[in-house]
Amino acid sequence: MNRRYLHVAYLGMIYLFLYCPLFILVVYSFNDTRYSLLWQGFTWHWYQELFHDRSLWLATWHSFTLGITSASIATLIGMITAISLYRYQFTGKKILNGLIFILILSPEIVMGASLLILFAFLLQLKLGFLTLLLSHVTFCTPFVIVTIYSRLVSFDKNIFEAAKDLGAADWQILKRIIIPLLWPALFAGWLLSFTLSLDDVIISYFVAGPEFEILPLKIYSMVRSGIKPEINALCSVLFFLTLTLTVLSQLALKKRN
Amino acid sequence: MKSDQRFKWISLGIIWVWFTLFALLPFCLVVISSFLSRSNASLISLPLSLEQYTRLANPLYWQIFQKSVLIAALTSLISLCLGYPFAFIIATARNRFKPLLLLLVIIPFWTSSLIRSYAMIAMLKAKGVLNSLLLMLGIIHEPLTILFTNTAVIMGLVYNLLPFMVLPLITNIERLDSRLVDAAHDLGANWFTTFRRVIIPLTLPGILAGSILVFLPAMTMFYIPDILGGAKSMLLGNLIQNQFFIAENWPMGSAISTMLTILLALLILFYLWATKGRKRGDWL
Repeated sequence: MNRRYLHVAYLGMIYLFLYCPLFILVVYSFNDTRYSLLWQGFTWHWYQELFHDRSLWLATWHSFTLGITSASIATLIGMITAISLYRYQFTGKKILNGLIFILILSPEIVMGASLLILFAFLLQLKLGFLTLLLSHVTFCTPFVIVTIYSRLVSFDKNIFEAAKDLGAADWQILKRIIIPLLWPALFAGWLLSFTLSLDDVIISYFVAGPEFEILPLKIYSMVRSGIKPEINALCSVLFFLTLTLTVLSQLALKKRN
Repeated sequence: MKSDQRFKWISLGIIWVWFTLFALLPFCLVVISSFLSRSNASLISLPLSLEQYTRLANPLYWQIFQKSVLIAALTSLISLCLGYPFAFIIATARNRFKPLLLLLVIIPFWTSSLIRSYAMIAMLKAKGVLNSLLLMLGIIHEPLTILFTNTAVIMGLVYNLLPFMVLPLITNIERLDSRLVDAAHDLGANWFTTFRRVIIPLTLPGILAGSILVFLPAMTMFYIPDILGGAKSMLLGNLIQNQFFIAENWPMGSAISTMLTILLALLILFYLWATKGRKRGDWL
């Protein structure tokens, strides 16, 4: 019995460590003072200030367009790759698997630097939406592939055999069986990609260029100038947004057919 | 059958073209540019040289490298010590609570680490939450200077990377066959011997995977030293960022990136070698 309490206490301590700073961040975003640490009463003021900041809305708009486009492309590419990896044997399959694994592990900064050299030096592209989009799709796709693939392997392979025996063509199996069964994983993969895209600082820092401002980089430049109540409010909003997306994606993955 | 082949070739074609263009080719460019030089006319230009690599031996860079490795190793070690018991309790928890406990680890894994690093400032600053708490409890009498020191950087890194340690550990510990632990007890091993001789070897893949997942980002997440460590704090990530955007020496930045990738390759090889013949568990 004693041991159980000890376990609960330890878990509580670590969760406190993980969540306490975020909790305090949210509390301070409602604190009616610019400088003091003490509680000076409740206010919506900082949120109103955010609401009236036009450059912030622009950055948000940019980030959402970028996130939605890159998540959609990454999900599409991730889906067809995962299905091919699951259903077919082909030369280079092991290499592809290894590459996906390495892309997930490799330090983001190396990917950022290498894409910068590709875009700015070799292709002479203007840094902006397009370069960000290509980069975000590249780092999101491996995560989508893994998410969808782990769903595919949980399927009963006999379903496909049965469909084939009953005369279904492959595109029918894809359309009528695989995709309907897969949609929770597709949804989860899309949400995770969107979250990754919305949060990414390191790779975006390299390929964003000066003109196309996006939310994480704007927050980064604000944060470097120190604590301000407006940043507390902005970070709280963004935290709750990504929290919701993460919880939704996990619920979708948990759902059993 | 025909449409089958078509789908296969189209999908494999797309993924290979994409990864070749945006992952393999850029990486080759980094390696090539690390052997080139910098000139006033162009960011990267001929002649070929080993200049960047010889410059890396410069004590200034060597110091940053040593410091990065030290801080990243400390971060991994602290995360392991904090995370191992944590992962163990979650992995062996009763099923009713487990999904919730897991979700609470997954949330910080996916939400912005920039925001979480920023949240650490309010905790660590001179008149911040941690100091106020410690003063109130009478543990200290003077506020501690934590923010803008290496301690703050390590705390920020542990805070951000702990889920990367915990998740592979949980997957690995869940597969631990509890009968082996019982057998060790039955054969007279005390808990310490069981832990050292049975549990640790069986969960080694998780320990190594978690450590690698913490170690590499710890050296390269440049915004954490930047925000929490102040202007003086520089790790490998900051050095690369600096070479690309402030010093504008792309070949040098590329050389450091290449070194980092070699380090990654060595770590993966070490992982594969050390866990050969063991159940690795699909922690990805």
